[in-house]
Amino acid sequence: MDSKELALNMRKDAIDMVNKSHASHIGAVLSVIDIVAVLYSDIMNVNPDNPSMYDRDRIVLSKGHAGIAIYTALAECGFIPKAELQKYYTDGSVYSGHVSSKGVPGVELSTGSLGHGAGVACGMALSAKLKNDTYHIYTIIGDGECEEGSIWEMALLANRYKLDNFTVIVDHNKMQAMGDCEEVMALGDLSDKWKAFGWNVIDVEDGNNHEQLREAFDKRVQNKPNIIIANTVKGKGISFMENNLLWHYRDPQGDDYIKAKQELEAN
Amino acid sequence: MRNSVIAQLEKLAEIDENIYLLTGDLGFGVLDNFAITYPNRFINAGISEQNMTAVAAGMALENNTVYTYSIGNFPTLRCLEQIRNDICYHNANVKIIVVGGGFAYGQLGMSHHATEDIAIMRALPNMKVFSPADPDEAVEVIKYVNSIQGPCYIRLGKGREPRIHADYGNYSVHKVMELYKGDKIAIISTGSVLGEAKKAVEELKSYDINVGLYNVISIKPLDEDSIKNIAKQYETIISLEEHNNIGGLGGAISEVLSGMSSNKAVLVRMGLEDVYTSIVGSQDFLREYYGLSASAIKEKIKDYL
Repeated sequence: MDSKELALNMRKDAIDMVNKSHASHIGAVLSVIDIVAVLYSDIMNVNPDNPSMYDRDRIVLSKGHAGIAIYTALAECGFIPKAELQKYYTDGSVYSGHVSSKGVPGVELSTGSLGHGAGVACGMALSAKLKNDTYHIYTIIGDGECEEGSIWEMALLANRYKLDNFTVIVDHNKMQAMGDCEEVMALGDLSDKWKAFGWNVIDVEDGNNHEQLREAFDKRVQNKPNIIIANTVKGKGISFMENNLLWHYRDPQGDDYIKAKQELEAN
Repeated sequence: MRNSVIAQLEKLAEIDENIYLLTGDLGFGVLDNFAITYPNRFINAGISEQNMTAVAAGMALENNTVYTYSIGNFPTLRCLEQIRNDICYHNANVKIIVVGGGFAYGQLGMSHHATEDIAIMRALPNMKVFSPADPDEAVEVIKYVNSIQGPCYIRLGKGREPRIHADYGNYSVHKVMELYKGDKIAIISTGSVLGEAKKAVEELKSYDINVGLYNVISIKPLDEDSIKNIAKQYETIISLEEHNNIGGLGGAISEVLSGMSSNKAVLVRMGLEDVYTSIVGSQDFLREYYGLSASAIKEKIKDYL
């Protein structure tokens, strides 16, 4: 399965999951799915038959509310049976809305409170660096998440220790819980900010384009931490969800669900 | 206390190459030898306790034993959610060492007085809480926490605390330690304020007033059996701590007593009466001011004779 097919399957799974569970955050899930699909399909050294192998690449979803993107990738890639996705949001299940590492093989860290996962991932990268381990650590953060001070504390330390075994990907969809990032907190130019913190910044014009994402991973450098700023579209792939904040909260039911499924099936 | 602890940590690091020490840019002169001896395992994470704590969790999840070091409130309250979500929820092998428990940094002001830390750390599932009274106890605590997996909080004073025990060898980190048997009243103390209690108890002895004195190093888990036995033996228990009266040692003891179907002892909590310290002074001065000195303890005992 190539990354495009993987991403399409993940989107179909995701729509079914939020429809069934009445879960929120589908907009963020659709935004980040292409990044996750490319990572699992083309970039990361991971093994579904041995999810905790020592030299695996690690991925931490710091924007834990998009947990469906990880669960569906793990299901489509054979880490967990696809039937497990039915348990999402259900009573007594480990499949929490925010991504869970407990009981889910292949998930490195439970997250949910923003600004945490990136720091923990940074610690994983620091450990690997100090021990001369060769595996790589990836973390995906949101653009709104960059309002957390802890993100910039992490940025300082990763630069200080030249963590070139560490790649942060920003799912830069320009929206956060209460509105546009620019309106809420005048987020400004993220590239300039990360450059000022000493990082190798790789801008991706279309962060939902798999070729552009793959090229971005090739542009990483040594001696610096790397950050890929992926300009994505919130709700990507479902026309009426794209760039519409409502779908940070709403789950597709009735005609919305049918239309969403039809759009995905038409791919 | 802190020098003994770091010296012990150096010994442990010599044996175990997976031990790391992270500081939030504090420990000038104290951590130097560790930093020189193990330059690749000493990380100054800068003045950024949230990230230090998250990084410690990440390193611990890679099968390391990670110590974080700073002053009282900074690697605890400042980054409480990182401790909760990243360390405790994942049962990451991180040991938080603080200096400045209680009024140890008395002149520096309330920001540097750790007076709610025990209560807050104790409330976190998976977290163990230790409050040694002197350098010997502190060394035993470090040996113990290094031998177990999972998060621990170690609350130290600062430097130059006197040795309280002539022979520590007979005691254990886990068990409530009996220093003196008494008649009707027992003090159960934690941390270096034990020195004040000992002084008070010894002075009262010269008047033939026998007050029991007990010391708790491990506040969580608490040696509940010993607390229950003390509650059965005495009419009054006075809990003593350089900490708010809510949620610390006194709180932990009251939780044990309230679960007993019958007990003899009434609990009197001696600590801060739910206030912030709004004045500064030496540790001795502040103990006197807030009623935790040997003389204040004697006065309290007289109320319950």
